[in-house]
Amino acid sequence: MWENLKEFASTFFVTGDPLIYGADVSIALTMVAIVFVLTKYKKWGWLWREWLTTVDHKRIGIMYLIASLLMLFRGGVDALLMRLQLAFPNVEFLHSDHYNAIFTTHGTIMILFMAMPMMFGLFNMVVPLQLGARDVAYPFLNAVSFWLFMFGAMLFNLSFVIGGSPDAGWLSYPPLSQNDFSPGPGQNFWIWGIQISGIGSLATGINFIVTILKMRAPGMKLSNMPLFSWSVLSSSIMIIFAFPILTVTIALLFLDRFAGAHFFTMGGGGNPMMYLNLIWMWGHPEVYIVVVPAFGIFSEVVATFSKKTIFGYKSMVWALMSIAVASFFTWAHHFFTMGTSASVIVFFAISTMVIAIPTGVKIFNWLFTMFRGRISFKQPMLWTIAFIPCFVVGGATGVMLAVAPADYQYHNSYFLIAHFHQVLIGGVVFGYLAGIYYWWPKLFGFKLDEKLGKWGFWFWNIGFYVCFMPQYALGFMGMTRRYYTYGWDRGWADLNLISTVGAFLMGIGFIFQVWQIAYSIKHGERDTTGDPWNARTLEWSIPSPAPFYNFAVVPTVKGADDWWLTKEAKANGTYKEEPAQLEPIHMPKNSGIPFIMSIFWFLVGFGFTFGWVWIAVIGFIGVALCMWARSFQYDTDYYVPVEEVRSTEASLGRVY
Amino acid sequence: MTNHHDHAHGAHDHEHGHEEHEQLKVLGFWIFVVTDCILFGSLFATYAVLMNSYAGGPTGKELFELPGIIASTFILLTSSFTSGLAVLAMNKGKVKEMISWLAVTAVLGLAFVVLEINEFTHLVHEGATMATSAFWSAFFTLVGTHGLHVSVGLFWMVALMIQLKRRGITPVTRRKVTNLSLYWHFLDVVWIFLFTVVYLMGVM
Ligand code: HEM
Ligand SMILES: [Cu+2]
Repeated sequence: MWENLKEFASTFFVTGDPLIYGADVSIALTMVAIVFVLTKYKKWGWLWREWLTTVDHKRIGIMYLIASLLMLFRGGVDALLMRLQLAFPNVEFLHSDHYNAIFTTHGTIMILFMAMPMMFGLFNMVVPLQLGARDVAYPFLNAVSFWLFMFGAMLFNLSFVIGGSPDAGWLSYPPLSQNDFSPGPGQNFWIWGIQISGIGSLATGINFIVTILKMRAPGMKLSNMPLFSWSVLSSSIMIIFAFPILTVTIALLFLDRFAGAHFFTMGGGGNPMMYLNLIWMWGHPEVYIVVVPAFGIFSEVVATFSKKTIFGYKSMVWALMSIAVASFFTWAHHFFTMGTSASVIVFFAISTMVIAIPTGVKIFNWLFTMFRGRISFKQPMLWTIAFIPCFVVGGATGVMLAVAPADYQYHNSYFLIAHFHQVLIGGVVFGYLAGIYYWWPKLFGFKLDEKLGKWGFWFWNIGFYVCFMPQYALGFMGMTRRYYTYGWDRGWADLNLISTVGAFLMGIGFIFQVWQIAYSIKHGERDTTGDPWNARTLEWSIPSPAPFYNFAVVPTVKGADDWWLTKEAKANGTYKEEPAQLEPIHMPKNSGIPFIMSIFWFLVGFGFTFGWVWIAVIGFIGVALCMWARSFQYDTDYYVPVEEVRSTEASLGRVY
Repeated sequence: MTNHHDHAHGAHDHEHGHEEHEQLKVLGFWIFVVTDCILFGSLFATYAVLMNSYAGGPTGKELFELPGIIASTFILLTSSFTSGLAVLAMNKGKVKEMISWLAVTAVLGLAFVVLEINEFTHLVHEGATMATSAFWSAFFTLVGTHGLHVSVGLFWMVALMIQLKRRGITPVTRRKVTNLSLYWHFLDVVWIFLFTVVYLMGVM
């Protein structure tokens, strides 16, 4: 018995590496600390009532934000480990298989558990406020989405200390990801972590499409909806078309591994190439799914900080929507070099280049908006300005990659690595940071410190170029991606060292940002006006932090940049004060079901990961019971009485 | 569409607010159906790619038994029809009749699932499993996913019948039944494709 247990533990827990022992200890300590603090300050009830069961989109947004920042940290540590390994030739800091695991988890976490939740956080923090709505269309489903993401991410992260990490790359190409080459549970962690959170993403896509189409304040036509909401619509449409493909693809991969099916195997009639087609039919739109909301953010920020209406609103909308369509016709550029007919290659090469057109249109619109504007260089604007050259270069190298014959040269080289980090960091990360800085006061009621923020900004930016510019050169010099070590004879040493230094500069930038948040919680400038940036859209017309029902009185919208119009009218005396009539507000009730149901999903994933089907069965039964219970709940909302609205508003400095 | 803020506090308006919200949920369900279409689309595409990858194993032509499949097709189509009758009864406000039609639908749906399980066991006995060849992997996954959808629908239908019994026809139950019948018709359409692409083309 004892022997069996020992043997079990030695395969179940990952051992033999100081990094992993370190992680074990820090996980244990964090758990103990959390339990201790919650118990000491009697906060369990508060945690449950205010957060774990909440259906308030703003709180869900905040939870997404916290989770994604933690994941940025984890993915960033992975990145630094890799860069350390590559800093000098012949380093033996990481074993080759450990290196494989780290680039796999880094890529997966950054895209699926950092960028996606940060994006959903921004959706949740902003969209209903911008539309003049009191919530998203399906608040309960929104909570389900969040908890599915959270438990999916936890399952994935667990692989580091239990069972072993996936190591077949962030897209898990077969045959590498099949049983023959990846026998352990690592690949299953990858499959189930993504599958569970992916279901949540799909639901979020549906939720925001309906929210945007149906929940806009009276008078807000689609044709004068703020551009961030447009970008969310575009992104959500891509989600609902792309994510079912992902669901199917990884379900089939799982069947191959678990049930001996032959979808993508080398033998049995399977077709590994089909996996590549399927995964990129999701994967390419996926990168646009995460970058398009950043375009929306830039549009808001540029207009606000240049004190001008956005230039070319219509062409912006057109550009956002055409990217949504075009992104589905480019996937094959990811395997030009694997050999297909010339006409297929030409089609995909051209359709890839076509996407540069709407993107270029947008960049010009932003520049024209800034032109002759009174620009104020606050944090959101800084990141926006830094984004523009970065994305232009990243876009240009992307077009270079799309030139099929040239791709035979760059394919899978560090040129590619530099390109996609340039668009992912310069586009997505910079964009979301701009958005977070911009909307932070609305959610938390204070601004983030400018001075610390500037330090963070410069470290990130300089670090970025120091890190990735040398990699373009390394690509030309023949260094291919996923190299784990190299010899002096290659002549890559200097550039790699520089690149590593750059990565650490970015790491310092991140530390400044963490410091900035901690510092600003205490000392940050409080926002008493609700409109700290003198902005243009509806979310700035209510107090900060926004009360849980958002709008005491739902506004009637008169045109684009409605809040700006109101302010102008007030300034020149043409504003007609309409008697505001407070009414009871209809709100959804909190529910514990999303949280509990996601725990059961976690069990499903965990059971299948280790092939312990009975755990998965318990999980499925639990999920079904939760759905059943929800179906029988009828009393799911309530009314906030007028007196309560009035006193809440009064405490926020508004009188009705 | 009326604005949500310009109706006041009375019980009547409360109902009204709900009704609007129920319509919202129908729209969301339509979009969900779109995503499900893409899910099945991907599975059909996979099936099409692997349709001739028998890897030396048995072919569909050898093992499919059309009469049984035609019977299940007939059963499923009928159940779609009876679920339509349930909605008609709902529109006339007849709860009892509605529940009975839903019960008939459920029984037919169950029969369909049982027949499918039967077919699968038969195939396994004949030596065709998920692991036999890429063709059979694709077959079991595509047909099985549809069967799973039908089973989930049954589970849902039972829940709704209980709710209808307890609460009668309200805006909420009305919306739920509308969504369910939409789902059920959708599964019917998927099955017709399945029947054509998998079975008819398979034995041809
Ligand atoms: C913060 C600074 C970052 C650094 C220093 C960094 C560094 C790296 C390195 C060294 C690799 C491995 C390349 C190879 O295996 O040859 C890599 C791969 C990758 N990175 Fe990053 N990265 C960073 C941020 C990001 C971000 C923000 C994203 C996405 C939003 C991202 C997505 C990826 C992906 C998808 C891969 C490919 C993984 C694979 O090969 O399977 N990275 N990164
Ligand atoms: Cu692509």
